[in-house]
Amino acid sequence: MSGSFPWLTAIGVVPLIGALLVALLPGPAARAKQVALGFSVVTLVLAIGAALQFKTGSTDQFQLTEQHSWIPQFGVSYAVGVDGIALALILMAVVLAPVCILAAWNDVPEGGTREKNYFALLLVLETFMVGVFAATDVFLFYVFFEAMLIPVYFLIGSYGGARRQYAAVKFLLFSLAGGLVMLVAVIAVYHYGPGGSDGFLVQKLTGALHAGTTAQRLMFVGFFIAFAVKAPMWPVHTWLPDAATEARPATAVLLVGVLDKVGTYGMIRFCLQLFPEASKWATPVVLGLAVISVLYGALLAIGQTDMMRLIAFTSISHFGFIVLGIFAMTTTGGAGSALYMVNHGFSTAALFLIAAMLVARRGSKRIPDYGGWQRVTPVLAGVFLVAGLSSLSLPGLSSFISEFLVLAGTFQRYKLAAVIGTLGIVLAALYILLMYKKVMTGPKPELSSPVADLDWREKVVVIPLIASFLVLGFYPKPVLDLINPAVKATLQHVGVTDPAPTIASGSTK
Amino acid sequence: MTHTEGALPATGAAGVAWLLVALPLLGAAILLLGGKRTDKFGPALATGLSWAAFGVGAVVFFQLLGNDPEHRELHKLLFHWIPAGGFNLDAGILVDQLSVSFVLLVTFVGSLIHVYSLGYMAHDPDKRRFFAYLNLFVAAMLLLVLADSYLLLFVGWEGVGLASYLLIGFWNHNPAYATAANKAFVVNRVGDLGLSIAIMLMFVTFGGVDFASVEAGAPKASTGALTAIGLLLLLGACGKSAQFPLQSWLGDAMAGPTPVSALIHAATMVTAGVYLIVRSHVIFNLAPNAQLAVAIVGAITLMYGAVVGCAKDDIKKALAASTMSQIGYMMLAAGLGPVGYAFAILHLLTHGFFKAGMFLGAGSVMHGMNDNVDMRRFGNLSGAMKITWVTFGLGWLAIIGFPFLSGFYSKDHIIEAAFEGEGWRPWVFGGATMICAGITAFYMSRLFFLTFHGKKRWNDDAHPHESPLTMTVPMMVLAVGSAFLGAILWYAGFPAWLEPVVGTHEEAAGPVLPSLVISLLTLVLVAAGAALAWMRYWRDEVPVVAPKGSLLTQAARRDLYQDALNEGLFMRPGIHLTRSLVYGDSKVVDGGVSGLAALIGGTSSRLRRIQNGYARSYALTMLTGVVAILGLVWVMS
Repeated sequence: MSGSFPWLTAIGVVPLIGALLVALLPGPAARAKQVALGFSVVTLVLAIGAALQFKTGSTDQFQLTEQHSWIPQFGVSYAVGVDGIALALILMAVVLAPVCILAAWNDVPEGGTREKNYFALLLVLETFMVGVFAATDVFLFYVFFEAMLIPVYFLIGSYGGARRQYAAVKFLLFSLAGGLVMLVAVIAVYHYGPGGSDGFLVQKLTGALHAGTTAQRLMFVGFFIAFAVKAPMWPVHTWLPDAATEARPATAVLLVGVLDKVGTYGMIRFCLQLFPEASKWATPVVLGLAVISVLYGALLAIGQTDMMRLIAFTSISHFGFIVLGIFAMTTTGGAGSALYMVNHGFSTAALFLIAAMLVARRGSKRIPDYGGWQRVTPVLAGVFLVAGLSSLSLPGLSSFISEFLVLAGTFQRYKLAAVIGTLGIVLAALYILLMYKKVMTGPKPELSSPVADLDWREKVVVIPLIASFLVLGFYPKPVLDLINPAVKATLQHVGVTDPAPTIASGSTK
Repeated sequence: MTHTEGALPATGAAGVAWLLVALPLLGAAILLLGGKRTDKFGPALATGLSWAAFGVGAVVFFQLLGNDPEHRELHKLLFHWIPAGGFNLDAGILVDQLSVSFVLLVTFVGSLIHVYSLGYMAHDPDKRRFFAYLNLFVAAMLLLVLADSYLLLFVGWEGVGLASYLLIGFWNHNPAYATAANKAFVVNRVGDLGLSIAIMLMFVTFGGVDFASVEAGAPKASTGALTAIGLLLLLGACGKSAQFPLQSWLGDAMAGPTPVSALIHAATMVTAGVYLIVRSHVIFNLAPNAQLAVAIVGAITLMYGAVVGCAKDDIKKALAASTMSQIGYMMLAAGLGPVGYAFAILHLLTHGFFKAGMFLGAGSVMHGMNDNVDMRRFGNLSGAMKITWVTFGLGWLAIIGFPFLSGFYSKDHIIEAAFEGEGWRPWVFGGATMICAGITAFYMSRLFFLTFHGKKRWNDDAHPHESPLTMTVPMMVLAVGSAFLGAILWYAGFPAWLEPVVGTHEEAAGPVLPSLVISLLTLVLVAAGAALAWMRYWRDEVPVVAPKGSLLTQAARRDLYQDALNEGLFMRPGIHLTRSLVYGDSKVVDGGVSGLAALIGGTSSRLRRIQNGYARSYALTMLTGVVAILGLVWVMS
């Protein structure tokens, strides 16, 4: 393939074509899910192809770039490109998409148009997920950022549980509020930037904002609020547990595992890169919120009785870690956060999807309705435990490496924040093991009808996720090699360097 | 980079020492992933792979013996593990005198216990899973001792914790056992909090967390940093080794099948804390306050376990208290510095044999007594279970320090070393070790006499019988070790063998009392303890129901109220905190944010009407916003 092949556009467009095809398939018995799965797999293959084109030694911040003028009057371009972080997140998203489609196989048993729309929406969402990570034009990013809300809104509001309307509206309300604040900042960025027909390009805006300290800080806050809602951080997290428990598990995975990453990704790409001084100014507050999120999410998770809500709260805790690593502004913390984003995607996917397999068998999300299920479905119990161990960052699994890097990187600058954050590892053991104990251990329950263990489809869903824990825990180098240059570049824009080891810096006895 | 200073590149068998980890790990993977298909051959395969690891360990050991003492530290770089920004770490294997000592202990005792389990678990429907976990444990434990960095050690460290969790809760259909498993993991995580922060502090201080960087950088670091690292490492060691104040999980851990108690909760995993301290000797040597804290923790736990051990009627819990106390000896020895390191490890090795042997003996007794563990219901089993009686007896004599058996060599030297030094320390530490030697003799003799001697107290439905050969042969092998290992290691010069790793002890003033006096006093105390136990639990009638006992006995039966304390201090306030937070999250935080949103948008009902779920009104809102703001910008500029 030639170097000018529009890889990123292709990765984004293929699921969109798939969505259209699925929606327009004739007849009620159409093979909607098979077609959707096929397109998501093609997308995955394309993304692997794109990754092979990516050169980790390159000096350019973005690679695989494409640029076309879109609304030159307002400086808006269709510009895409990726650095290592964006590429890693896109890869995570396109791996999760087929896994989720397979997991959602029987989500709409009534079939017909409703089933077609369901899988079409999942594919549309995949397009937007690719777009939002690939956009290198701030306005284009904003468009994808807001456009994502639409498929998610319908996926929750039309296909969710009993309180789906409430959850969907709440999700939209929070996101929209954040998005509108960001819109003001987006426009201000163009206003203070160099302008021109491509004035929204990240590359052009970096280090070129002619704004006073206050204006910079206001713009930072505008972006940050939107990202904090999306991530979500305490205290604007309350939409997530509702959305996660009411959404279908596959939607919850894409929502928590991928969409929420746009928040933390945006902090790296836009907050740090465009507003370095304001980012430093805000660091104490952000670190405080991050630490609160870590502990608060974990404590709330311990207190939940609904499995899906519990998992959602664990994610709030995990997002606290990610933000901590980003705003520690060390290469170790930054690499840890970027790796954390990838690992958390797989880890949370495993928890949600495996819990959903349990729910499908018992018909309840309430933890007290279970007990002794290890005797009923031993394989399901085993993979549930592995997913839980990943969530509590057991050393040897991938999540441990990212969590340790975040904490070690934070510890380099902010010892107190790191030490308090580390308390989260004890709480994580509690929320996972207490849930496992209540659900899986105890005497074998008496069930009215026999329950089967995992079938082949469910195993195919689980295997790639668990494989990712083990492979990236044992050998995270391929992903870290992608991430490292991007983190370094970002921190160079911010203008910070890592503290030296204390024995080398002369502060010895 | 992670190359240990002075370490040679590993060649030959040491070059493939990673097989030690890989073989049992492969076994665990086959048994867990293979499912029911491996039911038939799984246990045998796991046992075979464990012996294969022992074979590799033995070859590596003889390779080291072939080198001269200065060239017995071998390092093998495996791969670039974590290259992340400023943090770079390779994964490698460090083979030296210390790690090989552990390798031989873990693989030999581990393999014997695999064999024992073939008999003990013969009728368990989940036998395959049990052997998978055992193999997983062996792999993790070997990784722990072979790792060349603190972070890789940590992988093994929590890996053995996972295996311990899985095996304590192996019969988790019993809710109490599931709770015991959780307790072990969570208490260990509290310790791991310390170890994690210690590793971070090493990274910040030395720029690396491999042993070589830490050892090279330690002399340049401030005492404050080294003390902090030392205390945090100690916290980690306290969790894993059930030392005060994180000792509460070990008694409950006896919920696991008895082979597990023998291997994990007596012979190997619980001693990992001692390994950690000895491995970090460079840090502790430079941080005297942290070192003192190690000795104090050891002394407290030594007495704590001894007191609790005197009061327990459950044979496994009495043995668990004894384990805690014996690890207290090792910990105290490690806290004495260079004078004690080698003796700490020596006692660790001999203890591994005699305590594992006694736990297997306890399992054999339970096997013949319908899984009863109440010693007040045993008595006079010596006739019915001759092999168990004799092998257990050797273990008992070894642990009380009977002259020329294994425990005598290891424990006597710790007591002597504890009497070295200046000021109050030799009297306090030496006194504690000596008095506890007497208490040990009392509670272990009590246990032995209650079980095997005196009058029979079991019900008629029990038919005590000797266990099958798969169980008794490992017991016999361990009994031989209980008898002779101490003498062998001592006369083969074990302290000198370890010296290149842990450093030389500069001959100081020597003990504050003459060695002979210390030995004689200890023997007198041991004899007195054993005699007292003989009077009360062999000669006299033993009541089947425990008498009320003194206040101290009552407290000791309840583990000196450790659980009540933890519940009052952490559990109840914790439950209260999470409950109020859950309530507050829905009422205050959610309500506050929603209320704020409503305030901004006018009334909440009007806002809800705007967000009515129709895409068109949503799009319209966005469009209006964009237009309004673009207009504003245009007007302003």
